[in-house]
Amino acid sequence: MSAANTMTLNLKIWRQKNPQTEGKLVDYRVENVSPDMSFLEMIDVLNEQLIHKGEDVIAFDHDCREGICGMCSMMIDGKAHGGFKNTTTCQVHMRMYKNGDTIVVEPFRANAFPIIKDLTVDRSAFDKIIMAGGYITANTGNAQDGNAVLIPKPIADEAMDAAACIGCGACVASCPNGSAMLFMGAKISQLALLPQGTPESAKRTLNMVHTHDTLGFGNCTTHAECEATCPKGISIEHIARMNREYTKATFTYYEKNRSEGGA
Amino acid sequence: MTINLDPKIPAGDLSYKWDKHKFDSKLINPANKRKFTVIVVGTGLAGGSAAATLAELGYNVLSFCIQDSPRRAHSIAAQGGINAAKNYPNDGDSVKRLFYDTIKGGDYRAREANVYRLAQVSNNIIDQMVSQGVPFAREYGGYLDNRSFGGSQVSRTFYARGQTGQQLLLGAYSGMMKMVAKGKIKMFNRREMMDLVTVNGKARGIIVRNLITGELERYAADAVLLCTGGYGNVFYLSTNAKASNASAAWRCYKKGAAFANPCFTQIHPTCIPVHGDYQSKLTLMSESLRNDGRVWVPKKKDDNRKPAEIPDEERDYYLERIYPSFGNLAPRDVSSRQAKFRCDDGVGVGPTKQAVYLDFRDAIKRDGKDTVAGKYGNLFEMYERITGDDPYKTPMMIYPAVHYTMGGLWVDYNLMSTVPGLHVLGEANFSDHGANRLGASALMQGLADGYFVIPYTLGHYLASTPLEKVTIEDNAFKDAEQAVKLQTSKLLGIKGKRTVDQFHKALGHYMWDYVGMSRNETGLKKAINGIRKLREEFWQDVNVPGETGDFNLELHKATRVADFLELGELMALDALERKESCGGHFREEYQTEDNEAKRDDENFAHAAVWEFTGQNSSPIRHKEELIFENLKLATRSYK
Repeated sequence: MSAANTMTLNLKIWRQKNPQTEGKLVDYRVENVSPDMSFLEMIDVLNEQLIHKGEDVIAFDHDCREGICGMCSMMIDGKAHGGFKNTTTCQVHMRMYKNGDTIVVEPFRANAFPIIKDLTVDRSAFDKIIMAGGYITANTGNAQDGNAVLIPKPIADEAMDAAACIGCGACVASCPNGSAMLFMGAKISQLALLPQGTPESAKRTLNMVHTHDTLGFGNCTTHAECEATCPKGISIEHIARMNREYTKATFTYYEKNRSEGGA
Repeated sequence: MTINLDPKIPAGDLSYKWDKHKFDSKLINPANKRKFTVIVVGTGLAGGSAAATLAELGYNVLSFCIQDSPRRAHSIAAQGGINAAKNYPNDGDSVKRLFYDTIKGGDYRAREANVYRLAQVSNNIIDQMVSQGVPFAREYGGYLDNRSFGGSQVSRTFYARGQTGQQLLLGAYSGMMKMVAKGKIKMFNRREMMDLVTVNGKARGIIVRNLITGELERYAADAVLLCTGGYGNVFYLSTNAKASNASAAWRCYKKGAAFANPCFTQIHPTCIPVHGDYQSKLTLMSESLRNDGRVWVPKKKDDNRKPAEIPDEERDYYLERIYPSFGNLAPRDVSSRQAKFRCDDGVGVGPTKQAVYLDFRDAIKRDGKDTVAGKYGNLFEMYERITGDDPYKTPMMIYPAVHYTMGGLWVDYNLMSTVPGLHVLGEANFSDHGANRLGASALMQGLADGYFVIPYTLGHYLASTPLEKVTIEDNAFKDAEQAVKLQTSKLLGIKGKRTVDQFHKALGHYMWDYVGMSRNETGLKKAINGIRKLREEFWQDVNVPGETGDFNLELHKATRVADFLELGELMALDALERKESCGGHFREEYQTEDNEAKRDDENFAHAAVWEFTGQNSSPIRHKEELIFENLKLATRSYK
């Protein structure tokens, strides 16, 4: 890449040492940015400069850098993952910006995602939602042949659309209510669509929604910001299916409190 | 010290070995299982499935992962699929054929009994994952769909779009979360294993760093399962995730677990080429693309025409030309090497000339754009996001990249290392893929180990081994923790001039140039000397800013690179000592007239097993002879 094509960028990055101290936006300037660099590679270059200057590096979460692990986050210019269609932060490339641009980088902000340091937040609340029922109880060894229960292709495809969620939290960060209903709806919807998931669907839905609410996530008021920023393009139809499952469950779910003991 | 390399392969006919072994294994009654605690390090397919299954059986499981959630382990990035011998397409598959393809694909450097067991349990994996809600691709009739992968002439690969690893991992993760909710798994996120603790020669615990607080923590158990993946990041640039590292395995090596075949590295043929010094990782384009994409280079050197302007007769579809029966689905090692040969000959394409075309023109013409998009849409989008080129209109440019490591800690048939109680699962062990892994077999192996092998073999170990009471106050734990503390303060105290990444990149250059796709004696010796020198410089001149009691990302990287700097040397040494070519290990001195790998079965039909003898002394190379009772050693041909 010739020097003529490189850019100089002004960054305003959220720095916060730990949850106890206050954070602020700090100005940085990065030169010689190649348009082929990824956004995270641009931050890598900045971090190398900070080390040479004896400053603390900017802490950010990342891992696979190919848009599938869900570890990277960042609000870029006020939008989760930068607001590019179907793109995680690690897949944002600098060719999407131009020389002289000022870019503001902040952490995902939500009640349920406390800041750990700089751009790193704690998303363990997502694990807690899954723990509340985001699974099919099929202990190892129980399974029948994979073709024993047929699943029509359109249903399998729709379940896959929902299952594509990478658990990054962009939906929460972009929702004015800090709701995790797209994340949760995608899982409930996936498992409700599949015949294997239906036996537990009512219990799953009630427990997951209850847990979601107690973790500090807000309710869905159908802004659809989540769908717009979801890097995997997950549709809010899955929230609708979750709502149907929830309504159904409130009418039908009944579990007698019986002892499982016996002779 | 002598190490015991008895593979403990059960006697009898190959197809009955596993059944017999399961019956011969001791059982622990359900009420007693809850008296045992098992540490599982890593939550990928191997670790996740093992943790969930052992917890279901009643063991107390302590599970550790380096990321913020077990759902992020790098198994998630596997794209193409998972093999199984179901033979649903009725095209001639069987357990025996999957076994044969895997041994042959590994160039006859894997253990027969392990591979046969892998093929046997492969079908159970598909059933298990379907029952857990993995939305595998289906036909319109509702039946599971299959596709083809390299190194095989049957369609045995099950897939969930281009995200099979993600779906399988989320399946294993959901099983884990179910058991976390029940209290049978205690989950420790953002923890990195810093050392193995042995008591009376047995693995009894680990020291981990809490990556957020920087504090060291001690955990004790009755056995330790290491499921920490491979060491491809020793090359700096690889398709592995940034946090993937070798340290857990390397620390175990230094505590007595022998390391087998470290030089067996898989360089995957279809990755997006390197484009600059700042590059932090490489991205794989699934092998499944080779079902429909055709690989070619221009016949003429320095042909600067656009690919579409080059007529067919001036294109060299070299895989189809050299390997007519497998064509574009030749195995990974063979395809990668051929791409390298073309670029070495000067017919490579793209700005760096270090790339070949993967072209979908004919598939789009034949099947229509929609069909191609249905199969590979998400991969095409990913390619376009990274490169700015649209593969529907112009061929992809691809080049090989480090992807997987077949070598790893040595294990016996029970997946136990040379340290009693330390079991190693998935990519972290060496057991099933020989010198080259076939596509869609890593997912199969990780889940086979975790779901269907370790529950039996671990039970037998726990039932038949006297385990004295151990607590984290024992000296073994204190000493191990102290050693980690010392290393940490040493790293933070150097305050040199070069960053951790600078050292890592320099190591990567040695590895790629001399221990990469093709190796020779001179280069390997150069690498060994260069890496030694680099290691000395690292300990004098590295700059690790920050402090211990903090979320110190540079410190985390520094401890990993310190270990890579040792492992890299062992890989080069292993490659130097293996004076033959096999699978992914190509020694230029040992090749046929038409540049194919030339094996030496008389002298090298063994696993090279390295024993650590101390920081300043040379490791010892042991051998586990590989005995082929069921397959005849044959020259691997895909022509």
